[in-house]
Formats: sequence, structure tokens, C-alpha cells
Amino acid sequence: MNFIRFITGSIRIIFRGSKTYYAWLILLLLLILWGGSGYYGQITHGLISTHMRDSVSWAFYIGNFTFLVGVAAAAVMLVIPAYIYDWKPIKEIVIFGELLAVCAVIMCISFIIVDIGNPLRFWHMLPLIGTMNFPSSMLSWDFFVLCIYLLINLFVVTYLLYCIFYKKEYNKSIVLPLVLISIPMAVAIHTTTAFLYNALPGRIFWNSALLAPRFLASAFCSGPAILLILFQILRKTTKFEIKDEAIWKIAELMVYAMFIYLFFTIAELFKEFYSGTEHILYWKYLLFGIGDHKEIVPYSWSSIIMGCIAFILFLIPKTRRNFLTLNIGAFLIYGSVYVEKGIALIIPAFTPDVLGQTYVYTPSMTEIRTAVMVFSLGFLLFTFLSKIAIAIVFEDYNIDSLNPKRSIK
Amino acid sequence: MKEGIFLVHLILFEKKFNMKDKFYRNIKNPGILWALFIVLFFGCNNMESINKELYKVPDEKEGNKKTEKAIEYAVEAPPFSDGIFPCTDCHANFPPKPERRELVEWHDDISAIFDHDSENRWCLDCHDLNNRDSLKLASGKLLDFKESYKLCGQCHGEKLRDWKVGVHGKRTGEWNGRKEYLLCVHCHNPHSPKFEELKPEPPPVRQEDIK
Amino acid sequence: MKKENSRRSFIKNISLATFSALALSGCDMKAFDAFLQKNFKTLSKNEKDSIIKNLEIKYKEKYGKEFHVSDKPAIEGTLFGYALDLSKCVGCRRCVYACVKENNLSRDPQIHYIEVLQMEKEKGIDFAHSTAQYNPEKVPEKGYFYVPVQCQQCRKPQCVTVCPVKATWQEPDGIVVVDYNWCIGCRYCMAACPYGARHFNWGEPDVPAEELNTEMHYLGNRPRMKGVVEKCTFCIQRAREGKYPACVEICPVGARKFGNLLDPDSEIRYILENKRVLVLKQELNFQPKFYYFFGS
Repeated sequence: MNFIRFITGSIRIIFRGSKTYYAWLILLLLLILWGGSGYYGQITHGLISTHMRDSVSWAFYIGNFTFLVGVAAAAVMLVIPAYIYDWKPIKEIVIFGELLAVCAVIMCISFIIVDIGNPLRFWHMLPLIGTMNFPSSMLSWDFFVLCIYLLINLFVVTYLLYCIFYKKEYNKSIVLPLVLISIPMAVAIHTTTAFLYNALPGRIFWNSALLAPRFLASAFCSGPAILLILFQILRKTTKFEIKDEAIWKIAELMVYAMFIYLFFTIAELFKEFYSGTEHILYWKYLLFGIGDHKEIVPYSWSSIIMGCIAFILFLIPKTRRNFLTLNIGAFLIYGSVYVEKGIALIIPAFTPDVLGQTYVYTPSMTEIRTAVMVFSLGFLLFTFLSKIAIAIVFEDYNIDSLNPKRSIK
Repeated sequence: MKEGIFLVHLILFEKKFNMKDKFYRNIKNPGILWALFIVLFFGCNNMESINKELYKVPDEKEGNKKTEKAIEYAVEAPPFSDGIFPCTDCHANFPPKPERRELVEWHDDISAIFDHDSENRWCLDCHDLNNRDSLKLASGKLLDFKESYKLCGQCHGEKLRDWKVGVHGKRTGEWNGRKEYLLCVHCHNPHSPKFEELKPEPPPVRQEDIK
Repeated sequence: MKKENSRRSFIKNISLATFSALALSGCDMKAFDAFLQKNFKTLSKNEKDSIIKNLEIKYKEKYGKEFHVSDKPAIEGTLFGYALDLSKCVGCRRCVYACVKENNLSRDPQIHYIEVLQMEKEKGIDFAHSTAQYNPEKVPEKGYFYVPVQCQQCRKPQCVTVCPVKATWQEPDGIVVVDYNWCIGCRYCMAACPYGARHFNWGEPDVPAEELNTEMHYLGNRPRMKGVVEKCTFCIQRAREGKYPACVEICPVGARKFGNLLDPDSEIRYILENKRVLVLKQELNFQPKFYYFFGS
């Protein structure tokens, strides 16, 4: 009974808010509808309505999937510095970080569902009822660790919220080990995704040992950026207290990650461009184009420039402490890593293809619409969950508020 | 793996219940233990390998040796144009002329295109002067048109060796049974053997054009 | 009390509705069974037989012809190998279209299992400077040679390793096959293949009914559906009956050779022992069973 009342109470909370909140919801809803009709076209005609073809068989959807895995990983990574630097609102950081991770993982799985040719056959990937190719296939590893990561995060977040809701003390011996496990799990999911690409020697562009480290470094650049902005919003709109120093510390950690990422990229560029073997072809296509084909050159350079500006903004303490430049930097680094993972990672590996032919790929309208649909659904889910979490954590939405008669007893 | 563990357990088990115990004196005899071990070993292995057997790639030495070795090569009939054979229908009526010359009245179509080592050879180096229904080898031995490959093989020995095995030439028939052989002349015009260029089939549709 | 009654009747109504829905959709049980069909490797003989019978009925309904779908297993003691004579290939592409007809490849969107690359003689085997779009009046063009590429049926196929659902595997006779009813269409195998041998049905494949080849194999040339991966299977429906693949038979210059690698008297073994043989992308160590050689 309580559960049903919790559900109805939560629904009431979700639909209660300021005008900006409603505008945000309506925007998301419109985007979902627009995107959904695009996806419907893909369901009826097949993946031919995308621009993926045999030469470039993985593209925009997988790029988005990779980016979101990074976000999911990084969201939880903030838990480490929270402990080390003894930030007060550690519980809140864990809750919101893990909520973000949960939504990101759900978005990842959605991108896989929209990408595969037969989504209804997904059960073939499960261990006992299907035939999971574990441990040979990196994709089944990825599926496995993503599911475990989702379950851990989901459990911890629901358990913590449940305890706060029922005004009970949470059992540290359950929560602490799980949170501690979720940290190496976060590293694991992103490394496994990197190994997905690294496992293919036929794809020269991905055949670099630095691929997995670069993935992790870029994840640590982009994931905390979202939380940076989110914490500032929470600070303004709720009783969430987080010191400026904590936010600056997040930015400082991101600088380390950005520097490492920059260094790895320089190392990759040196290896290819100094020796100038035929393998340079893929990096050349990415940065300079081949012949007349210069389609993704603007994307790669905008990603590099945005990343460099963000690095400088975060590096200089003055601009790091100024919240305007800090937020600009956060958006820039998020955009830079998004373009880099979405396009600059996947497309050059397939262009030119394994037999030397060049098929120029750019995302089709269907792909953009479907991606917008998945992102909007994810944002909507995160908004709703955060609203409920905020209500539970900061606004005394708990068992007593549901049953006012109870407190009299 | 399983058998190993079982054996270890068995040995430890044996040590635990020392030999004085009546029951275990019976299995003190190592022979029984080994029998058990062997039975389990082969039994378990069989169980595990049922699935493996299905997908085991055969060892090279276990080859299927059913390719028929051809002694006489059953070839398709020689590609004579209509009415040209038997040659003696015409050639029996007039005396043979052995001098090398340009053919004007008959077989001028062949003469016009002839470029099979034309500097050094002409018709009667392959066609027998007196037996026009036969070809002849360099030794003078006569050859039926059905065995013209032996004539070609005099100069093109490597090609003949490859052809006999099935490596040269258009390949039809059965890979593990009778191969179907064509004569050299089915593909190569003996009077002008170089292949003509072919018109290629259309290129694949550009992936940009697949909608 | 009232509440409990309403709850009970609610549950009763819901279950009644579900059962009646399932019963009414009894005619869709076949589709339901097809959806739940297991991985081909795990099926028993009876299950395979009934699946094939249903397929033949389904194809007859759809195309109006008698079909024969075989599920003949690999012949004992065979390991198929292929050899292609680069000195002979003239780039006429007759193999490409023979394959299209034999294996019921989709005409629109077009799928070709064989891609013929034109390369410069001076540069040698150089994929980066090759083209598959050559279309002169006559072939071969002077100064160029031709390299047709299809599935190399590797000994260590990476496509098999990376498939998350084991929808593709290597049969005992060395042919890498796909179970079209099990493939989820994730295309990881396509990313893994360094020879571009695997093709995806981006749209619903279209084969004109009058051009259908009715001699089929379950793992080979039976009609595929949208959203699954397919590839060259060395014409498994022909090879397991002792015949040569369609590309071998149609080649007008005799550049293609095929046989059993385990048979020391086969022509493929003769080529390996006597000719100068190479494989593509050897450094990747997938050990293809498709050899290229220079016969003359």
C-alpha cells in the first residue's frame, strides 16, 4: 500500500514545478515525439534509412553509445575524490552520481537496441536461454559488465533513497562495499568498451595500445563536467550544500585528466606522422581528409580546439574559479569529447574501408532523430529521478509526509 | 581435469581410512583404483567431447582421398565448326601440297588471323600432310583431334601438367569425383590463341547510391 | 471487504483477458515458435527437420515454387580450400554475378559477395590505391591486374570469436556459416572482418521470384531477411554435394580453383605445393584458406 502511495506521491512531485521546469519537460517531450517518428521510419524500412552501409557498418549510434559509457563511468568516479577530500555532501554526490550513471547506462542500452538489426532477438545474448559467447566475444563481456554496473548502481541508489524515505539509517556494510566495487566497475565498463574496438586487428585505426587509456582519460574529462553543472543547479534550487572549493576541486581533477588525454593524443600523432607508414591513412582522413573527401575534418578540428580552450580555461586558476568561464569550459569539454567519441573515433576506422574503398559517411536524418529521441528520453528519465531524489533528500518527502496520521501515533 | 580431482580425492580418501579397515582392504588393490580411474577418464572425456567432435577440424592426415585419378581424360568433343570435319571429305579429292604458302581460296579466314608462332610454323607443322583427319606430333606420330592436348603439350609442357591435375583451365565437374575436362582448343583458338578482351560486367552499385 | 473483492475480480478479469488473447492469436503460434527458435547448433535432428519443412512451405507460399532446403552436414575428412590465379584473372566480374544468381543475393539493395579490385601492376597488391568501380569498355586494361576478394574462410576466423550470440561458427569442413534465424544484427563481425567479406541486409532483400535458385542449404543460400548478416559460404549447397562453387565454374579464364585441402591428390594441394602462393593481409594471422597464386 505504501508503495502505491509512494508512486502516486512521486508522480505528483514530478509534475509539480516552476514554469522553467514545465518548459523543459515540454521541450523534451517534443524532441521525443520528433525523434520517435524518425525511429519509426527506421523500424519499418530497416537500417537502410540510416547512412550506414557495409563499408561503414558502425557509426553514429555506436559513437553515442561509447560516449555515454564514458559518462556512466565518470559519474561514479567522483566518489573517490569525495572520500579523499572529505566533501560534506558525500551521500548526495553518490546518489546523484549514481543516478546519472544509471540513466547513462540505460541510454547506452537504448542505443544498442536502436542499432542492431533485430532488436527483438536481444534475448539471444543472455546466458542460459540464449547462447552468450562468453568469454570469447568482447561484446558479451561489455553486455555483462554493463548489466552488473547498472544493477549495482540501481541497487545502491534505490537503497539509499529508500532508507532516507523511511527515515532509517542505511546499513553501511551493504552500501560501502557496493560503492567501492562500483568504482573499479566504472573503470571496467569503459575499458571493456575500449577493448571492444582494440580487439580488432583488422581495423588499423583502433589497433593502438593507447586506445583504452585514451578512453578513460576522455571519460574523466567529460563525465564530471555534467555533474559540475548539475551541482551548481542543485545549489541554486535546493538545500544542496556544496562548497565552491569542492567544485573547483572537480575542475582541477578534470585538468589532470585533460592533460593526460592531450599527452596521449600527441603520442598517437607522433607515432603515425613521424614514421609515415601507410597506416597514417586513417589519421590523415580524420585530420586533413583524403583527396576530395574532407567531410569529418571540421568535426575533428572543432573537437580539438574546443578541448584545448577548455583545458586552458580550467588550467588557469583565475578562470577556473570564475563560474562563468568554468561553465563555458565545462560545456566546451563536454562538446569536445562528444564529437570526438561520436564521430572522430568510429568513422576514421572505417574510412577508407578494409579493401581500400572510401565510402563517405555522414549521419542521416533518421539517425539524428533517433539519437535525439534516446537522449531526450534519457534526460527525461534523469529529470524525473532527480526530482524525486531531490524531494526525498532535501524536501522531506518521506513516509511521514505520505501518512500524516502516522506521526500522531 | 575432473578425473584428476577425483583421483586425488580417492587417494586422500584411501589414506584417511587406513588399511586395517576391512572394507577398504578390498580397494587397497591398486588395480581396481586404476580401473576406476581409466573408466572415469575415458567416460568423462567422451562426455565432454561429444560437442567437440561435431566441430573438430579434421587433421590433415585424415584426408578424404576420393579424387579420381584420370588416366584417360574424358573431354568434351572438339569444337569443330559445321561441316569442317572429317577433313578427308574434301582433301581426299586433290593431291597434298607441302610448300608453305598463304591460303587464298579455302581456310583463308584461318590464314588471316594465324599468329601462333607464325614466323616459324605453319599449318602442316601440326596437321599431318597425308592424313588430314589427324594431327601429328613432332616425332611424326599421328594424333586424333580428341587428343589434341598432347600436341599443345609438346611446347606448353607446364600447362599440360597443370591441366592434367585440373589446375589449368575452366573447372567444372566434381571436386571429389570426376572432373570435367575441356580441350585446350575449347578456350584457346589454336590458330590465334591469345584471349580476346572481354566486356566486363557492371561495377557494383556505389554504396552512396543504395537507398 | 469491498476493496478485496474488487482486487480479486480485477485479477480474474486480467487473467481471462490474457488467456483469451493468447487463444485468439492461436493462428500466430507459428510466428511465436519461429521467434523462440533456438541456435541452430543446439537443435536436435527432429527440430531441424520440422524447421526446414516449415521453411519450405513458407517459401512456397511466398514465391510459388518448389524449394529444397538441405541441412546436409559436412562431409567427413574435408577441409575446403580455394586458390585464385592472379596471372589469369581479367576482371570480367562474371564470378560476381554467377554468385548473385546461385546464392539468391539481394538485387536491390545490392549485395555482392565478391568484390573485384583493380590494382596497378607497378604498385603491386596495394588496397589503398585500388578501385572496385572500374568500368572500361574491355578488360583487362593495360598496366593493371585484378584481385577478386570474397570470404577467405579463415582458419582462425575473428568474426566467429566476436559474435556475441554464436550466430556464426566454423563448420568442420572449414566453411564459416551464419544462422540467419539467430543473428541479432549487431554487425560486430563486420567490424572484425579485415576482408570485407560480411554483408548486412540493411533493407528487406529483394530477389525476383523467377530468378530464385531453389536448391538451397539452411546455412547457405536460402532467402535471408532484413537485419541479418550474410556471407560467401563456398556455395555450401553445392560443395557438400561434390560440386564446385558457382564462381569456380563460371570463370571463363579458369582462374579459380577449389578442392579438399586434406586430399593430397586434389588440385588445391597441387597448387600449394607447386605454385607461388600468397594470402592477403598475412600479418593479421587469421590464416585464410583462400590462396592467391601466380600460375604463369
